[in-house]
Formats: sequence, structure tokens, C-alpha cells
Amino acid sequence: MPPLTPPKSGDALFASVDRVNAELFTLTYGAIVRQLLTDLEEVEEVNKQLDQMGYNIGTRLVDEFLAKSNVSRCVDFKETADVIAKLGFKMFLGVTATVTNWDAEGTSCSFVLEDNPLVDFVELPDTCQGLQYCNVLSGVIRGALEMVSMKTEVTWVRDMLRGDDAYEMRVKLIKQVPEEYPYKDDD
Amino acid sequence: MIGVGKAKQYANVLDKPLSRGRQEVSLSAFAFLFSELVQYNQTQVDNIAELERRLEDAGYAVGARVLELLCHREKGNRRETRLLGILSFIHSTVWKVLFGKVADSLEKGTEHEDEYMISEKELLVNRFISVPKDMGAFNCGAFVAGIVKGVLDNAGFPAVVTAHFVPIEGQQRPRTTILIKFAEEVKQVCFV
Repeated sequence: MPPLTPPKSGDALFASVDRVNAELFTLTYGAIVRQLLTDLEEVEEVNKQLDQMGYNIGTRLVDEFLAKSNVSRCVDFKETADVIAKLGFKMFLGVTATVTNWDAEGTSCSFVLEDNPLVDFVELPDTCQGLQYCNVLSGVIRGALEMVSMKTEVTWVRDMLRGDDAYEMRVKLIKQVPEEYPYKDDD
Repeated sequence: MIGVGKAKQYANVLDKPLSRGRQEVSLSAFAFLFSELVQYNQTQVDNIAELERRLEDAGYAVGARVLELLCHREKGNRRETRLLGILSFIHSTVWKVLFGKVADSLEKGTEHEDEYMISEKELLVNRFISVPKDMGAFNCGAFVAGIVKGVLDNAGFPAVVTAHFVPIEGQQRPRTTILIKFAEEVKQVCFV
């Protein structure tokens, strides 16, 4: 069934949602990361917890995204990636990502972010060099895609906090889960 | 000087021009993140008081940074030294930057002269929250109370700051009042 209304552009989408100051968001995220570092002590554990939080967010955020963006089913992973980069990032964070570095099979690609609202005012101290500060983002992508039947693996390739020139997230499609009926809540 | 002899990225953060703070993200992005903050902290505590204390701690960290940031950007590197000055700085400047509007009201307590209240009909962090019955008086506003405390402490006005729901007649949702009780040393200087 064709969509009744065409998908909105990223800018129109961002303009249509309620917004808050990015600094409140950034500083709140910083407070979360610091709390995790104090509680969990191990940087690896913090990375895991951030990813888990992102996953939880992603599984819920995808509903709002689909409801507001008028996007219908994507034909393939390429289109999915495009929608995330142009509409998803824009709608929630007000920035767009670039999709590059496709592999030959079209099952893995990179999201490159030059602007990242999570990291304003942030510097990684020497003791936290292993910290994947933005791990919440990769968790969000993984969680959201899982809700539309795509199992993915998301890893960070470049990170400006570690001196790289951009943020690059590698997303690899592991498998497309066939939809089953009836849907079960407890699998 | 901060950053001398440290890793290269140190210099980068300080070299970066201070943003004008006009950047925005979607309210949902913040709401989702905040809800994760609350849920995570729920797993770390076994009573409401402890949960509120942890949210307050998280807010405190935000408040301390907001004070520094806004003093640089909005006030030409000057910090308020008068009690009413810092209170109205919180009520107007801080609120406006963080929540997009000036707080609904700033009042002096009628019973104690060292108490002030900032009230908000619909506090941002409480907008999507409904507190389950078994959690009693738990108020996510503790996070905002923490922000206020963070600003006050770091500006040299230590205080105990708490968030409370106050029912309003004819309204379904209570408003949130942030109660500020200044510490003894502030009292001695400012209330003589």
C-alpha cells in the first residue's frame, strides 16, 4: 500500500517536533556517563551499560519515528541506512549523518557524523581512554533496527574524542529476521 | 593554565569557540535519555530517598557546569554575589537557557526567611512521568533541584534544595516547587 502522505524532509521533521536546548541534553548525558563511571569503575562495563541504555531507547524511539516521519517500509538495507542518516538523526538530534563505505554486498556501511551534540564540552581524561563515550548512539541504532526486523552489529571506527577527524559508526546487517505471525512478546 | 602539558585534545576543547547555545535537539531525545537515567538509578537503590539523592547528584553536576558556562557567555565573566541576584539568575537566565522559558514564579518563604521557592506548573522533567502509587512522593524534579543546588553551591551560596509536588485547585496535575533552604553561613551573611 502506498503511503498516504509522502515522507517529510529531515528539516520539516525536525521543525515539527518539540525541541529542547542541546546543552541540557549534552550535560545530562555527561552526568549519566560520570555516574556510570563512578558506579561501575570498569570502562568496559560503562561501554556496555551505555550500549544497553541506547538499545532500550532505540526500541522505543523507533515507534515515534515511524509515527511522525510518514516513512513506509524500506526496500533494502541501503534505503534504511539513508532514512536513518537523513531523517532519523535529524529528527532527534538535529544533525544529519553521511552514509559511506558500503561493502560489495550492501550489508554494511558507515554513518559519519561531523556534528555530534553528545560531545560538546567533553574531553576524555587519560584514565578513560577506552571509553566509547557515544556508545548510547550505537545502541539506539541497534535497538531501533531490531524493531524493524534487522539484526545489526554497530561499532565505532572513528571518534573525535580520540583525535580522529569525525565520528564514524560501522553498521553491519547480520540478518533480516522474517516477520512471524502471531507476534509473541515472550521470545 | 589548564591543559598545559596534557594530551592534545585538552587544548582543543578550550580552543574551541564557546557555542552560542542556540543548538537544539528533540524533546523526545532528552525525554528518552532522562528516562534511562531514572531507570538506571532505580536499579542502584532500594528506597525513594536514595533514588532522589542520586538524581540530585546527576543534576548537581549539570548545575555546576551551567553556572560556569552561563557566567562566561551571558554575564561577561561576572558571577552574582548577592543573594537575590543569584536567585533571579537561576529563575530567569538558567531556566531560559535550559528549559526555554523563565520559571513561573520565584517566591520568598512566608514562614522562614532563609527559604525561597521556584515553582513551575509543568516542569520539563515531569512532563512524561507518572509516578506509580507505591513510589509515594517521589519526584523527578529532584534532578532539577540538583541543578539549582549545583548552581548555588558553586556560586558560593550553599543550600539544601528539594523538589515537591503541590496540588493546584482545579488542575489535574500538581505543579512542582523547588524549595531552597540556605545554609547557616549564608544566613549569617545575607540575612542580618
